[in-house]
Amino acid sequence: MALTYDDVIAKYEPVLGLEVHVELNTQSKMFCGCSTIFGGQPNTQTCPVCLALPGALPTVNEKAIESTIKIGLALNCSIAPFSRFARKNYFYPDMPKNFQISQYDEPICVNGYVDVEIETDEGPKSFRIEVERVHMEEDTGKSLHVGGATGRIHGAEYSLLDYNRAGIPLVEIVTKIVPGTGKYAPEVAKAYVAELRDILRSLGVSDVKMEQGSLRCDANVSLRLIGAQTLGTRSETKNVNSLRSVERAIRGEMIRHAELLNKGERVVQETRHFQEESGLTRSGRSKEQAEDYRYFPEPDLVPVAPDAAWIETLRAGLPERPSIHRKRLQEAWAVPDKEMAAMINADVLNIVEATVIAGADPTKARSWWLGEISRIANDKDVTIAELNITPADVAEIVALVSAGDLTDKLARQVIEGVIAGEGKPAEVIAARGIKVVNDDGALMAAIEKVCAEQPETAAKIRNGHLPAAGALIGAVMKETKGQADAARVRELLLGHLGQASN
Amino acid sequence: MIHLSASEMAAKLVAGETTSVALTQAHLDRIAAVDTDVHAFLFVDTEGALEQARAVDAKRAAGEKLSPLAGLPLALKDVMVQKGVPTTAGSKILEGWRPPYDSTVVSNLKRNDIVILGKTNMDEFAMGSSTENSAYGPTHNPWDLTRIPGGSGGGSSAALAAFEAPLAIGTDTGGSIRQPAAVTGTVGVKPTYGGVSRFGLIAFSSSLDQAGPCARTVLDAALLHEAIAGHDPKDSTSINAPVPAVVKAAKSGDVKGMKIGVVKELNGDGYQSGVRTRFDESLELLAAAGAEIVEVSAPNFEYALAAYYLIAPSECSSNLARFDAMRYGLRVGDVDGASAESVMNLTREVGFGREVKRRIILGTYALSSGYYDAYYGSAQKVRTLITQDFNKAFEKCDVMVSPTCPTTAFKIGEKSDDPIAMYLNDIATIPVNLAGIGGMSLPSGLAPEDGLPVGFQIMAPAMADERMYLVGAALEAALLTKWGAPLLSLAPELVVK
Repeated sequence: MALTYDDVIAKYEPVLGLEVHVELNTQSKMFCGCSTIFGGQPNTQTCPVCLALPGALPTVNEKAIESTIKIGLALNCSIAPFSRFARKNYFYPDMPKNFQISQYDEPICVNGYVDVEIETDEGPKSFRIEVERVHMEEDTGKSLHVGGATGRIHGAEYSLLDYNRAGIPLVEIVTKIVPGTGKYAPEVAKAYVAELRDILRSLGVSDVKMEQGSLRCDANVSLRLIGAQTLGTRSETKNVNSLRSVERAIRGEMIRHAELLNKGERVVQETRHFQEESGLTRSGRSKEQAEDYRYFPEPDLVPVAPDAAWIETLRAGLPERPSIHRKRLQEAWAVPDKEMAAMINADVLNIVEATVIAGADPTKARSWWLGEISRIANDKDVTIAELNITPADVAEIVALVSAGDLTDKLARQVIEGVIAGEGKPAEVIAARGIKVVNDDGALMAAIEKVCAEQPETAAKIRNGHLPAAGALIGAVMKETKGQADAARVRELLLGHLGQASN
Repeated sequence: MIHLSASEMAAKLVAGETTSVALTQAHLDRIAAVDTDVHAFLFVDTEGALEQARAVDAKRAAGEKLSPLAGLPLALKDVMVQKGVPTTAGSKILEGWRPPYDSTVVSNLKRNDIVILGKTNMDEFAMGSSTENSAYGPTHNPWDLTRIPGGSGGGSSAALAAFEAPLAIGTDTGGSIRQPAAVTGTVGVKPTYGGVSRFGLIAFSSSLDQAGPCARTVLDAALLHEAIAGHDPKDSTSINAPVPAVVKAAKSGDVKGMKIGVVKELNGDGYQSGVRTRFDESLELLAAAGAEIVEVSAPNFEYALAAYYLIAPSECSSNLARFDAMRYGLRVGDVDGASAESVMNLTREVGFGREVKRRIILGTYALSSGYYDAYYGSAQKVRTLITQDFNKAFEKCDVMVSPTCPTTAFKIGEKSDDPIAMYLNDIATIPVNLAGIGGMSLPSGLAPEDGLPVGFQIMAPAMADERMYLVGAALEAALLTKWGAPLLSLAPELVVK
């Protein structure tokens, strides 16, 4: 009989540790001038430095240092006045130098924290996640193991190596151990990664796309009996490629650990790989015997000693924290909690804000993005950001509706046209000949025509049977190609047939 | 013509008395005649050199303004990457590799229109003091073909002493420019660390490696020094400051009032008597030229060798990890079903020589967790102490001096089985690398007991390389007056084939 999550948390306290790797969005690699663009032909974005040809030397990408310091500052870290790169030595075919330039005992940012808020049984509650360090390193190349059942190096017939990714700047953000989250551990972890993602996005330092690997989370989980002081043995789950997976992976590991512990077995200290389909993890590399990476200071690079004044300039230029930003918008727009959450979940907050800045009413802006535009994005299976419509377009449409130049129905047609690439809203309106028929004379002509065509229905209305009006209004709308304001049609129709509209 | 100094050859080029093609051809002929015996070269780029020479001659004919060394031939140590030219660093593991790029030193040579004759032999990956560790066989000392030419840059210095080239590039991690210069009767300079770019220098020990000029006179070395030195944004450790005025210093040679510090710890016991004789004589000549001789002490130098043999192997164990058969060079055992791991292992097994393996193993051990503090960590502390010794001593003097090596050239094979005896050869040169300062070796005569060249070492504070050239030029002038002809005129004639 499998344990339930409730069984686990009744007996054990989870302790978390989260390592997040972020690919910076610099134009060039960490230690050479090669392009970092994602998806290029294999091995086209390489040079003597990132291929580790004999004699080649690294030089530091200043922009990467700037981005890392910004991250450190945004996570409330101290910025080290002096930090060093170190070599992490191990052999692997996709690592050209057979060492990774990283940082070891002298990272650039230390001792920060991130506060995250989640819904608990007792209402919203804040948890503080302490950040131990933020450091810079370089990514490895990619191996594609061909043949064999698992796609892993063992059992593969041959492997293909692509060094385009080798040397892409990575920032690693490591938390201290996170105890005290109890049953909320999975949600807290998810909220932390979400908050990090928002902060990084607001800083503009990374694409933070978990599905493309530009933000990767390794989740360390251990359990101990409630009240125990010593830590249990941890497992480290990799390959967690979405926020939802963070939560699922931790929940799954908690249950797996508890089942082992309840049976009197021990948890093996190892790397595990998260399986998206099953939500379970599979065993990876054992970490029982700590790998000896023979770290030592990188002699090819001078230490990083950022100027204090520069750090202050960067600090002053930091954007508003996403969580504070959200609170401010919610107040300014008077949005109920549930609606706010809907916008955050749908990831439309920034785009709605841009639409409001472009002049739209917040409620209208929100309803277009969350409603019609989200629906189109869903149908096309793309994100809203990928649609061919801008906040300015939406603001323009909202203004046209307010002015009575478009009905909601016509506005939907305009949005559809803009997204279809027919041009800006004004161009779509002109090209499709969309206009509200405001000319009462034209409407009356249509009403008279319809009444003449359907005399029995008209008679019913004349006799006070108002529900019959719907059919005639529909016919008028059809007659005017949907460009009439239905409310005005009803008014005129009822007046024409001797009924006061109300 | 090949027996002239580089400056003299340059004057003939300027005067139109010869051409770069003629000079280059004369040296190519000399290489063809004597290099079977000397084995200074691993690769002779006949076509490339002549093509470069023709281009310089054309520029000169067109009246273009050229650099002082334009058109002169040069021998390049095989540790320096040159585009399209086989570059092995003396190792089997790079056999057949043709680099797709130029090192900064090579770019600088080409910019100065210096003609590169070919690549010179060296101890594998610059690890050695005799050039016996080359995977391609030893180089022979032109003074006595049964003896070593020093190392690791024995090929470059032997080429100079055998008149196969008037100029050469060396690299110096623990003495690999200065010790070969000493035992071949030539001049070699290790500039201040960071003075010459390391971009394209195949790394042995990154924090110690430094390329520098090799020549037959102090002035020639200075001219080459200025041609290759300068800030390079591709090398993070490159010094961003003007190149010291070494040519001016070499032309002046004025040491009046300079204080020359004799390092107490680099003399006496363990130094061959003829080495000491020549050293003392040089001090007298410098005193006669107006310098003040003082004694200075460097108590921590006794730990230098031990620290060096922790730091250099540690860095090399990591630097040489890239030679894994994946992207270039030798590949062994790549048969159906072989794993990447087995190919890496077999390639490194076959491709690296004994000394290289010894140092990789030493370094891997010294960096291992649990040993790091005791070995690598302590060695770095010693390094700091040695730098402090230099700083203190330089408060009392402008330059420091010592014999370059304890002995003259030993016999090929004599120390091959005794690594410690081999390592002791570099006892006087290693402190300079650990402190990152400049060092020069120039000939101070022949040891009476064996008739072999003895080197005189001059050490200057970081970024004050010009001081070595002042003192070197003064001593060279005084010795020339005494001898009546350059020391190399006493070397035995090589058999021309």
